[in-house]
Amino acid sequence: MIKLLSGNEAVARGAWEAGVTVASAYPGTPSTEILENFACFPNVYAEWAPNEKVAMDVAIGAAYDGVRAFAAMKHVGLNVAADSLMYASMTGIEGGLVIVSADDPAMHSSQNEQDNRNLAKFARIPCLEPSDSQEAKDMTVAAFDLGERFDTPVMLRLTTRICHSSTPVEVGERLEANPAGNGHPAKKFPRNPAKYVMVPGNAIQRHPVVEERIRQVAEIAETFPYNRIEPGSASLGIITAGVTYQYAKEVFSQAAILRLGMTWPLPVRLIHQFAKSVERLVVIEELDPFIEDAVRLMGIAVEGKRIFPITGEFDPRLVRECAIQAGLLPESAHIALPEVEIGELPARPPVLCPGCPHRSTFYILNKLKVPVNGDIGCYTLGLVAPLSAIHTCGCMGAGIGVAHGAIKAGSPERHVAVIGDSTFFHTGIPALINVVYNQSPVIIVIMDNRITAMTGHQDNPGTGRTLQGQKTVEIEIEPLVRALGVKHVKTVEAFQVKEIEATLKDYLKLAEPAVLITREPCALLPEGRKRWMPLEVISDKCNGCSLCFRIGCPAILKSDELDERYQRPKALIDAGMCTGCEICAQICPRQAITFRVTGEQ
Amino acid sequence: MIKDMINFLLVGVGGQGTLLASDVLVNVGLVAGYQAKQAEVHGMSQRGGSVTSHVRWGRVVYSPLVGAGEVDVMLAFEKAEALRNLRNLRPGGLALVNLETIEPITVTSGGQIYPDDERLRKAFAQVTGQAVYINGGGIAGKLGNFRVANVVLLGALSALMENRQIAGKNLNADTWLSVISERVPPKYLQLNQKAFQVGRQAVNGGEADTVE
Repeated sequence: MIKLLSGNEAVARGAWEAGVTVASAYPGTPSTEILENFACFPNVYAEWAPNEKVAMDVAIGAAYDGVRAFAAMKHVGLNVAADSLMYASMTGIEGGLVIVSADDPAMHSSQNEQDNRNLAKFARIPCLEPSDSQEAKDMTVAAFDLGERFDTPVMLRLTTRICHSSTPVEVGERLEANPAGNGHPAKKFPRNPAKYVMVPGNAIQRHPVVEERIRQVAEIAETFPYNRIEPGSASLGIITAGVTYQYAKEVFSQAAILRLGMTWPLPVRLIHQFAKSVERLVVIEELDPFIEDAVRLMGIAVEGKRIFPITGEFDPRLVRECAIQAGLLPESAHIALPEVEIGELPARPPVLCPGCPHRSTFYILNKLKVPVNGDIGCYTLGLVAPLSAIHTCGCMGAGIGVAHGAIKAGSPERHVAVIGDSTFFHTGIPALINVVYNQSPVIIVIMDNRITAMTGHQDNPGTGRTLQGQKTVEIEIEPLVRALGVKHVKTVEAFQVKEIEATLKDYLKLAEPAVLITREPCALLPEGRKRWMPLEVISDKCNGCSLCFRIGCPAILKSDELDERYQRPKALIDAGMCTGCEICAQICPRQAITFRVTGEQ
Repeated sequence: MIKDMINFLLVGVGGQGTLLASDVLVNVGLVAGYQAKQAEVHGMSQRGGSVTSHVRWGRVVYSPLVGAGEVDVMLAFEKAEALRNLRNLRPGGLALVNLETIEPITVTSGGQIYPDDERLRKAFAQVTGQAVYINGGGIAGKLGNFRVANVVLLGALSALMENRQIAGKNLNADTWLSVISERVPPKYLQLNQKAFQVGRQAVNGGEADTVE
């Protein structure tokens, strides 16, 4: 049966067909839908872990127990899980273990565009790269087979364009790892400390095994079915992998192509053979010159990043234009863009949604003019004008530590760190422990919107629900923070502007760590939507002071009507967008904003 | 007759139903006998961000992305997004533009200016003689639900493609309707079927193009 599947759906399907029974992940664009889809298959266990390192350990534990397991994450998630990746490479596994790394060239929703093929090489594990959804499914299965054969974890490296493109897939049936039906092998959990306890004495023994293993995989790479030469003209040979293979096929109708499905370790003899058959050899790959550098080290003359960019995402046009520039294609291949005068267009930056419970806190933080160290989540948008209340943001869990460090460096200002509920569970807790242990007067705002919002509403340890829909313990943030030794802790409803302001002003007088928890469900959650009720501006009362515009709410518009006295535009509320959070109503000095009175009712 | 390649670009603002429309479009292509691929390009999940989706039908389709200047058919759900993506359109390509204004925050509380209809039409006229304008929101509103504007647009697109013989003869309204029906909740099936038909009539009855 042919189905149209996204790359993420195809990986989930492949994992299920491969007989995987355990999967763990932390949500992160572009990887999130892998676990969401896998969780829906029968006879599998799938979970959201609090962070990628935990997810990786969970998958490793399941693989030690002899079942097939995987962990999925975005590229930067693998940084968090890198420690575990390294030991799993050293120990090897019993059941197959696949690490899905979803890289994000062009940083559609990431802080960097690191190329995680480097981490596969670094960890001495094979790296497979599919070029479409069919291969995403098939290579997921192949990754488990390969890993079990060589006793190694395998990286399946995707990119945003593979994850989020839908292409036809011929689906298959599930392979039951154990005919008994429950997927669990008959053997006991291994008692094999020489292999699974990485104390130095054992690790010293394991390292040569790991090096020998990757040499053996390199041998297999020579005949790996997803590494293949597609013959063409001898004048140009292209080595490519992943989605850029599709662009190469589209742009170069004549060239010979070596398509690599395994980008680490590389098939040295196959590459030499291909290089000898062509006059000019070019590597087309996004991000790092990963294949190119390796080919050059083989003593082969090759071009790559001299022609194609090291930054961003490719598309057929970019590949074609670069190729024309480098003389790989004739000038006549150029596709002209239409000549048109468009003029300046208004930017459409991402902003906090109307009704977002984070808005009030950023409005106050902006007013207080304190340095704010942010974190990764929707609330990073507190950066955007007119709220303009985030001054640093690096990665998950960074803000609290950065604030602490700035204070210890002697920064005379009171530093604030803002962090979401899910991010707090992810890596915020150890940073808060540090603030308490080493005592710095950081003010921490935990913005608890009851969900992992930015990636599209995934459950987390605070929501009381699991990925597979079971009710579970709802980990409460306030008692947890108190238990860590923070003396000043307060939970406030996130829409209570005055209470947030008063609390933060109180905290600014202290010389100790203090935590404010602002709590309110994301406006887009069903429980958030239930309370939607639009507000309106009473035109007679509004004098166009524009204070309500400073909260940066997309539902507040400038009216065509001008205030008579000051000749400034009055405010107007878009009833279709307004959710009735009343932040604007609370800050309006003339009480000109109230709930809309509907005539029909 | 199957064409070698038809490149679609759908552009709009989060919440307008662009992704459902592109899901319908890619599946209509498959049913019509094409190889088809679709790629979503969207950032974070906030309401109100720009959304673009690439759909390709062809004998053989490699890249899921369409290169700039190679879009044969543009379906624009919103005016500023239509203009923002105009350079992707192949000169002479078909553009169906929904006359919907969604002002970004840079306009509502910043100082930037939202393009007026005259600027929109002038710019499109420089690229193609095949730009069609429709008030999808107004038509959907008459049916009692603004949210089906996306299906109104699909109806209009299906009629335009038929009239201009863009995708071959074996593609008719029933194909589109069956794909749409599989993708909407049963509760809203009738409404969506109606929206599709009304969209077709807007094109065939001449309402599109002239709607202001």
